Amino acid sequence: MVEWSDSERKTIASVWGKIKVDKIGPQTLARVLIVYPWTQRYFGSFGNLSSASAVLANLKVANHGKTVLNALDKAVKNLDGIKATYSELSQLHCNTLNVDPDNFRLLADCLTIVVATSFRSEFNPAVQATWQKFLSVVVAALSSRYH
Amino acid sequence: MSLSDPDKAVVKALWAKIGSRADEIGAEALGRMLTVYPQTKTYFSHWSDLSPGSGPVKKHGKTIMGAVGDAVSKIDDLVGALSSLSELHAFNVRIDPANFKILALNVIVVIGMHFPGDFTPEVHMSVDKFFQNLALALSDKYR
Repeated sequence: MVEWSDSERKTIASVWGKIKVDKIGPQTLARVLIVYPWTQRYFGSFGNLSSASAVLANLKVANHGKTVLNALDKAVKNLDGIKATYSELSQLHCNTLNVDPDNFRLLADCLTIVVATSFRSEFNPAVQATWQKFLSVVVAALSSRYH
Repeated sequence: MSLSDPDKAVVKALWAKIGSRADEIGAEALGRMLTVYPQTKTYFSHWSDLSPGSGPVKKHGKTIMGAVGDAVSKIDDLVGALSSLSELHAFNVRIDPANFKILALNVIVVIGMHFPGDFTPEVHMSVDKFFQNLALALSDKYR
């Protein structure tokens, strides 16, 4: 079981509270698709992803970015039950979507970078540590039903 | 994932922009790495103070970024440029090469924080590739 200190709980809630999902979600997914272009394999139906500017302008990418980031809300609101929270999503990603779970780590890293770039000095080392701990629990939960 | 000419140009341009702030970036990245990935502290048990901003962290951050800057200037032959540093890391300090990507992530986080306008997704990609190639060159002599 993951242990969260009071300070970690406050930090996670605070960071999440400041994240504008409609802005950060699209930016994060776009960054994943641009920086790690092999991830585009999962988005064949999204249309034009042929250049960075195409990805950044792509509405399906933007909408899906919001969907993905919004799904983090469940984890923030249920820090003591993240694994159970994402059990179904994990099965979906394995059985239906066939997503390599290493991609969760890539997305988590890009999210951290986008948040850091956005929050700047507020995102100090202690905050970064807590945030990355949170994301690693989310990543583990999403990978937990893979077989 | 080898570096294309555009990748090299992007990295050189970014490093030129970073200029003398490289020391600060190195120190911050190292401090963050030690905080966010505490297992990396195992390599620095000989330091008096491992907290972000401490003397040893600042000094070593500067050393590391100096070497990275040098690698940027020799970007056409990273394996050659990093040959003796690779031997040092392989036989002397013996850092598990998995840690190179951990440090790289933290350098990227700090660059993004200090240069948010410049660190576009395309620049991020070239820089990510550069660090990947750097890590490979640094681990070249390991075995």
